[in-house]
Amino acid sequence: MAENLTYKRFGEKAILIEWKSVIDDFILNDILIYKEKLLVNKNVDFIDLIQGYNSLTVIFRSYINDFKKQVSILKTEYKSTQNIKEQKYYQWEIPVCYDLEFGIDLKEISQKSNLDIQEIINLHSEVVYKIYFIGFLPGFLYLGGLNERLYFDRKPNPRLNVVKGAVGIGGMQTGVYPNVSAGGWNIIGKTPIHFFDLEKEVTCFAKAGDFIKFKSISLEEFYHIENEILKNKYQLIKISTDA
Amino acid sequence: MLKVLKAGFFTSIQDKGRVGFASIGVPVSGVMDFFSSDLTNHILNNSLDAAVIEITLGACKFLFLENTEIAISGGNFSPTINDKPISINQRIIVEKHDVLSFGKVKYGVRCYIAVKGGFLSEIKLGSRSFYRNVTKNFLLKKNDIINYNTFDQDLRDSNSLIKISKNHFESEIIECFKGPEFDLLNKEQQNILFEKSFSLSIDNNRMGFKLNEIVENNFEQILTSAVIPGTVQITPSGKLIVLMRDCQVTGGYPRIIQLTENSINILAQKTTNNKFKFKLIP
Repeated sequence: MAENLTYKRFGEKAILIEWKSVIDDFILNDILIYKEKLLVNKNVDFIDLIQGYNSLTVIFRSYINDFKKQVSILKTEYKSTQNIKEQKYYQWEIPVCYDLEFGIDLKEISQKSNLDIQEIINLHSEVVYKIYFIGFLPGFLYLGGLNERLYFDRKPNPRLNVVKGAVGIGGMQTGVYPNVSAGGWNIIGKTPIHFFDLEKEVTCFAKAGDFIKFKSISLEEFYHIENEILKNKYQLIKISTDA
Repeated sequence: MLKVLKAGFFTSIQDKGRVGFASIGVPVSGVMDFFSSDLTNHILNNSLDAAVIEITLGACKFLFLENTEIAISGGNFSPTINDKPISINQRIIVEKHDVLSFGKVKYGVRCYIAVKGGFLSEIKLGSRSFYRNVTKNFLLKKNDIINYNTFDQDLRDSNSLIKISKNHFESEIIECFKGPEFDLLNKEQQNILFEKSFSLSIDNNRMGFKLNEIVENNFEQILTSAVIPGTVQITPSGKLIVLMRDCQVTGGYPRIIQLTENSINILAQKTTNNKFKFKLIP
């Protein structure tokens, strides 16, 4: 923990804390530990914390009168070495149907890349992705770990209606649309899993620091799982990990 | 209960928003103009967190099904009760079967209706603010019913009219702080940003206002990081986007300036015809 962080004032009530401008697991872990200290110690009067790839933004309850003083309190928190309760991180298995019925851009990216469709599916579903943070839409996970061979530029004209559960690739990123939305990513499949569900006790099962593994399923399995979820019978598979 | 007879262009229920859910990607939302909404609640001695109706450019009509008191503040859209003009910024007693209508826009873009005790729509993640996929509705529609508690006139309360400085609607100065990526701007770009007059494009909604004018740049995207209401992003095409209350929690465009809370309120009352300038404050 010898990271050299910068602290910037961000409007009246927020302070932006920045790490080096790279996407890196070490930085993610450092951010998660910092966040945990703020949550556990309650020495800083914040109302929300916003995570980015290399940043943590602290939203204070009220106007920051003394920026330097707040920064020094934050720095003390960062340096504190007391043991914080270890967060538990999980790996979630997300069933995805890559059938052409859902993977509406699979043919196009297969032609562009000289990868056959099965190879694309294998490359996409063999990786364990790390959740860096959640943003863009409620329940939208920013995942790290996409195979370089699957880097495909966003579509020049975004679609107005990408379906809920669509799995896409946009540039160096992959992810799942948690709800119907406009979007420019290449759609390669669909999951029946809800990533944002206000009916559930836990609105969004995944959190920053967790892992996602996609599992290729057939159309039949897709409809079966969709039905099980509807009946509230489906049990998401999760594995404990050491973060 | 209140029944929507005519929904207007964009009418929703809002309070101070959903705070503390950035970790699952949920925007803050809440009233666009805190100043005007607070005023309505002040007039009725409500909590400032009480939910109000936010109306955009009038053209709506409501039927009251219970006695209560209301207050209207913000933009003036010529409100009437049973076709008789009423004042804004004042406590108004309404009775069962009264019809509140809005007509010609005199000034402003958004107005607020508060009711004694607040509107009692569903609470999701700690807030009544409408937001797509969080609350059941994201707009009020014709025939929607909104609950509130019956309230019979309290004679002790004053009916005095509150005078509001027109400055809130006429100011052409939008105050801001340097944003996290302000230092990307060279002298010339800074001059353009603070000398030029800006205006809202037609592409403006509760998420954000795209501006018409261009600040040319060759900035690269940043690693996705926090954005908050009032953040001004600059796109590769040079367009500026002022993020408003329903904005996403993260974004990838450089954040060049950050509006003050009061300037967000002022901007929320601007139309595409208004001009304004950004002014940096220390």
